Amino acid sequence: MFLINCPYCGEREQAEFSCGGEAHIVRPKNPPELTDDQWSEYLFMRKNIKGIQFERWNHSNGCRRWFNVARNTATDEILKIYNMGEKPPNISGDALDTPSGEPEIGSGNISTTYTKK
Amino acid sequence: MHKKPIKYSVFSLFKNALSYHENWQPVWRSPAPKTEYDAIIIGGGGHGLTTAYYLAKNHGLTKIAVVEKGWIGLGNTGRNTTIIRSNYLWDQSARLYDHALKLWEGMSQELNFNVMFSQRGVMNVAHNLHDVRELKRRWHANRLNDIDCEWLNTKQVKEFCPIINTSPNIRYPVLGATLQRRAGTARHDAVAWGYARGADAMGVDIIQNCEVTGINVQNGNVTGIETTKGRINSNRIGVVAAGHSSVIANMVGIRLPIESRPLQALVSEPVKPILDTVVMSNTIHAYVSQSDKGELVIGAGTDGYTSYTQRGGFNIVEDTIMAVVELFPLFSRMKMLRHWGGIVDICPDASPIISKTHIKGLYFNCGWGTGGFKATPGSGWVFAHTIANDQPHILNAPFNINRFSSGELVDEHGAAAVAH
Amino acid sequence: MYFDKKISFTFDGKKYSGYQGDTLASALIRNGIFFVGRSFKYHRPRGIISSGSEEPNAIVQLESGEITEPNVRATEIEIYAGLIATSQNNWPTLNFDFGSINDLLAPFFPAGFYYKTFMWPPKFWEKYEYFIRQAAGLGKSPTKDDPHKYEHFHYHCDVLVVGGGLSGLYAAKLSAKANLKVLLVEQNPELGGEHLHVAKDPSGLKFAVDDNHLSIGVGNSLEDEIKKLNNLKIIKNSTVFAYMQSNYLLACQKINQKSIRQVIWKIRAKKVVLATGSIERFLTFNNNDRPGIMLANSARKYLNYYRTNPGKKIVIFTNNDSAYQTAIDFLFKNIDVQAIIDVRKDSNGHLVKKAKHHGLKIYFNHAVINTKGRKKINKVTISEFDGKFNILIGKPKKLSCDLLCVSGGWTPTVHLFSQSRGKLIYRESDATFIPYKSFQKQISIGACNGTFGLDEIFEETLIKMTKLLDEFGKNIEEKSRKDVDKIFYDKMKHVWIVPSNKHFGKTKMFIDFQNDVTAKDIKLALKEGYKSIEHVKRYTTTGMATDQGKIGNINALGIISDLSGKPIHELGTTTFRLPYTPITFGAMAGRHVKEFFDVERTTPMHQWHVDNAAKFEDVGQWKRAWYYPKENEDMHQAVNREVKATRNGIGILDASTLGKIDIKGRDASEFLNRVYTNAWSNLEIGKCRYGLMLGDDGMVIDDGVTSRLGENNYVMTTTTGNAASVMSKLEDWLQTEWPELKVYLTSVTEQFATISINGPYSPQLMKKLCPANDFSKENFPHMSFQNIEIDSVHCRVMRISFTGEMCYEINAPSSYAKALWSKCFELGQEFNITPYGTEAMHVLRAEKGFIIVGQETDGSVTPIDLDMSWIVSKKKYDFIGKRALYRSDTIREDRKQLVGILTKDPSEVLEEGAQLVELKTSLPMPMVGHVTSSYYSPNLGRSFALALVKGGLKKKGNKLLAPMPDKTIEVEITDPVFIDPSNERLST
Repeated sequence: MFLINCPYCGEREQAEFSCGGEAHIVRPKNPPELTDDQWSEYLFMRKNIKGIQFERWNHSNGCRRWFNVARNTATDEILKIYNMGEKPPNISGDALDTPSGEPEIGSGNISTTYTKK
Repeated sequence: MHKKPIKYSVFSLFKNALSYHENWQPVWRSPAPKTEYDAIIIGGGGHGLTTAYYLAKNHGLTKIAVVEKGWIGLGNTGRNTTIIRSNYLWDQSARLYDHALKLWEGMSQELNFNVMFSQRGVMNVAHNLHDVRELKRRWHANRLNDIDCEWLNTKQVKEFCPIINTSPNIRYPVLGATLQRRAGTARHDAVAWGYARGADAMGVDIIQNCEVTGINVQNGNVTGIETTKGRINSNRIGVVAAGHSSVIANMVGIRLPIESRPLQALVSEPVKPILDTVVMSNTIHAYVSQSDKGELVIGAGTDGYTSYTQRGGFNIVEDTIMAVVELFPLFSRMKMLRHWGGIVDICPDASPIISKTHIKGLYFNCGWGTGGFKATPGSGWVFAHTIANDQPHILNAPFNINRFSSGELVDEHGAAAVAH
Repeated sequence: MYFDKKISFTFDGKKYSGYQGDTLASALIRNGIFFVGRSFKYHRPRGIISSGSEEPNAIVQLESGEITEPNVRATEIEIYAGLIATSQNNWPTLNFDFGSINDLLAPFFPAGFYYKTFMWPPKFWEKYEYFIRQAAGLGKSPTKDDPHKYEHFHYHCDVLVVGGGLSGLYAAKLSAKANLKVLLVEQNPELGGEHLHVAKDPSGLKFAVDDNHLSIGVGNSLEDEIKKLNNLKIIKNSTVFAYMQSNYLLACQKINQKSIRQVIWKIRAKKVVLATGSIERFLTFNNNDRPGIMLANSARKYLNYYRTNPGKKIVIFTNNDSAYQTAIDFLFKNIDVQAIIDVRKDSNGHLVKKAKHHGLKIYFNHAVINTKGRKKINKVTISEFDGKFNILIGKPKKLSCDLLCVSGGWTPTVHLFSQSRGKLIYRESDATFIPYKSFQKQISIGACNGTFGLDEIFEETLIKMTKLLDEFGKNIEEKSRKDVDKIFYDKMKHVWIVPSNKHFGKTKMFIDFQNDVTAKDIKLALKEGYKSIEHVKRYTTTGMATDQGKIGNINALGIISDLSGKPIHELGTTTFRLPYTPITFGAMAGRHVKEFFDVERTTPMHQWHVDNAAKFEDVGQWKRAWYYPKENEDMHQAVNREVKATRNGIGILDASTLGKIDIKGRDASEFLNRVYTNAWSNLEIGKCRYGLMLGDDGMVIDDGVTSRLGENNYVMTTTTGNAASVMSKLEDWLQTEWPELKVYLTSVTEQFATISINGPYSPQLMKKLCPANDFSKENFPHMSFQNIEIDSVHCRVMRISFTGEMCYEINAPSSYAKALWSKCFELGQEFNITPYGTEAMHVLRAEKGFIIVGQETDGSVTPIDLDMSWIVSKKKYDFIGKRALYRSDTIREDRKQLVGILTKDPSEVLEEGAQLVELKTSLPMPMVGHVTSSYYSPNLGRSFALALVKGGLKKKGNKLLAPMPDKTIEVEITDPVFIDPSNERLST
């Protein structure tokens, strides 16, 4: 259970929060004019990134405030917390070597290569 | 092609014992990839291997490759709680999962590999009036869909599973349960190995340690893949990458209605037989069975966020154990031996996507969430059909990706069915 | 250890005695008992092999009845007066076990044999399986409730030190002296780690290592020193079993008191110091599993720490220097050390020199290639061998012995480091995986970091701790120690498979003792193409026993490496998973069992319901009064009485569980416009309106009545079950999508209780309650509310109705609600006031065709499906869910729609959940709908139901069938409103 630094309350356990999924998906201003496909894009389709993902979190068992989090989903490391309405930060974190590869540390997936000393 | 595999039997076991078991053959080869295939399956889990198997067996394709980032069967296939059942609410799901269940029933003989499918029954327990109503709805739907299902009242629950706590004075008493007797468990690893052996025998190349890094598309047609072992061409590519489906989809700019989340499970230390069926409770959230080795196999809920780390929060595990101790107070002094996590690909309606895409020759089979293991043979069967004919089998037609536009969801989640 | 306190205990029915501080294992050894268990598969006799949590063999069933515990490691459990332990996995007795026939049949049971057999005849698997299951398992599960309690403690600290050995103690001391808050966790009852079992007797032989320990003030004196530090907390008998994210570690403390048996410590540390030591490895040779074969360092612990004598005639088999200490210690106690068998050519290590000096017989270039003695070792066969080509040369020789001490080198305990998701590196020189890169704020020191020499440990600890404390802004004044002698350990030599003079296929070289996995099983797995370490593990089950392969996993890797020709660092390890040692379920559940399993929410009037014999139903966490049976009444009779009383007199319902959200702010009306399907701006102050809430997928998620308290103030009612999720969804929209709206939400569910007074005489009761107020329909019309003082308490009374009767819902402050409820009940006697529960509420609302979200809806139902288009605004450009209502599937006319259902037989009450069909066919039978609600109505004098039926809105009057298991019920589709369709009763 990782810690999240709530911008309003400070560091708390993840269990106090709920994740609202991918951030920066704006509800369309003109729903009646959209096609079914376009509506479905907004409603259901997600990037579901492996690596650095911008997502919404809510301190649901605390102050109930929403905020944005930049988190590496390959390690669960939180890189930045920023307010609702702010633009996503420019973060160049540890990129994965291959799209579905594993980071050198922080991963729980089977890793078979170890450097020899 | 290589020589036919040795038939597994008690006789071949005796015979090989005489030569100290030194003459067994590899269950599957480890060939280098060819430059081109009739079809490539991305992902060597249970669903990928069954897809390759049925492509060869039912559709006569001969040049098939399964490419796997790591080793076969070590993703969700090797990490689940091995529950197999088909008592789904909606007609579409019930048909698909029951087709799979029928394949399970003949699997060991079909593969000549004992997958230890054990029809010890699955009980879904009701704890409040809402549960009773929903489970009875499912029971009646199952009955009329010709899927075996029974309703047990509290007394019958106790008779069927004597160690369950049916006291009316507990926090959430047991008010009844559905029972599917044909349901049960299987040896998860054996499914991957058995299908790998069967597919390999028909010439399927299983290529391990081969990660896909790109998908080549020309004029709206798929032409092949880039991998860590080089380019491999094919105009038919089936993606069965479970938790990593979105990662593959992102390579061709497709977005999926999927979130990849941690799902945790654990086993206890082994003990002599004490629990002879599978018990699932959606309300207090636990499912538990006992493996042939004697370990209690226990499932927990998903964590509520995207993660590829194969680890969730310990609070989820605690909640699950609380629920197990609530249902089975006698397990309080049992001990957790091993705990693990996997990555499950969850769709908004808790139903899978087995579908063509707007790119010709590119197919996705994903979104199985927490319940994919039970569907393994059926999933491969219909996906092979979809790839071979470039159109869905009647059983997976409803699981088209377009349902998210039209609204024709198969909402097993909303219907409060347990998806595990 | 307390050698002055004798304790008696029972093993397998026989009484023995030991000393306080003994583990069951040391006490058994004290009584000359080595053979304590049978293995899982072949039922081979097995003895105590180790002295700690790595023990694979000596596992027993502790006690019986309600306090029994299976699979307890004899090496970990401390004996207490009256302890009863029983050996496991044998029948009828440990000595004479029928299962041991498996050992003879072993050639037919290689790894994975079950995948190849039991397939004939088809469908027979479950019959085989029955016997396989009986044979499997180790101990027996308890069959009774656990009488003990468990507790969870939360602890936050600056530095957590895991492991109270020398390096851990030193690190703890340094941290505590720097005034940091420090927690030290030690798994044994005593601090000191390996130091505890160095020989302490100063007479006789001199040992450099031991002298150093004593002179530099570590061990006991360091323990004394740190005990004085207030900011250092030490917990013993506690195993850290999990290292999770953000330096969250979990420890299980064994207290074994009547009140509390175990405690789970949940620790958050700013920095973690891992000083978890190392575990000795075994060697893989033929018949390496007999009772009386033990890890060399454990034998030394039994000798020195427990002061018992594990053997009289000792043979040592080693590939490294450390086992020489065991030989020297035995020698020092005047015990006959027959020989040291060393696979190496020679060694220049200090300990080896000392052994040579004292005339110990050493066979270099030799190996133990076989052993004899079924229930206790009595002979070893040794042979010279060529270490370069790993082949035997010369003639084998037999030595007699009663204890064979084995050392295959040391494995750093990197479990927690790996759980923390750090990266390991493989060190070829001593074949160890050691920490390489940390992922979390953590350091590893001492043996768990692959640092074994005492001088190196002190040096490393000081350097690393200086850096760590510096990160806290603290300086260490401690100087590096020059007084620790450097002990030179010569190189070890790893021999993964000790050669045998037998055909490899006939050998029994165990790697995983408990699961009976041998070297040849691994060979078989590789031969069959199970090449990855994970596949080998799963196919052979090596490392999957209750000890999780602590002594054998590295040997399995080495063998795979030998056989496949791949270097170990390319193979990698299997994933280190939590828990480090098995953890009791009860401890994990803590206090959250029985009545504390989940919060029980009750309303302020709860005690009244209890006193009036209410039966309760669980709705989410709430306990709601279900019905109030009078003497001899069954549920049916009670509900009928309650329903009739409500329609004819007054029914009173506790509706406090409904969610209540106070909505304030300039844009409150606009906000409601967006989240509800209907329009809100035109609602007058003092009026109430029903609202339907959708998800953006167009499906109904909630409903309820909202009242306008002021220009910018509303109070919303939600369903009981969805109160929290609606609140959270509304906040979501407000904060993330519409930050421009000035609206503030407050949950007031708990602040107000709701008393719902229904029935034709309700105005009269209200008049009696509040004589000053006018309850005429003109002054107080339906769908309006008034603020009324009752007993000088400010209440809000709403005229809304979920029964179709005249109804006043009093929202009273929670503290006053119970008094008010009693008052209503008293004053209402003349109108036959009757409390009714949720069951009668369901009947009453269903008679009116009112839906319940979650019963008539299931997440796949739109307002159109419910025939509630009247509440879906056509004028609003947008609201949540609107767009999705016009998708190709949601506009279909044959969707499942809400209708009424009447059975042909009026006495037949359909089962809720029953499926409906048009025609009875053979299975599978096409279904057109299902019954969502079904009751007997005493008002209608018949049964009735609500259902969702495909295209039902256009099929009223059609006949359907409900095929039940025992019969088929004929029904007709009707309108869903069964009583008072023109709402006359609301205004009479």
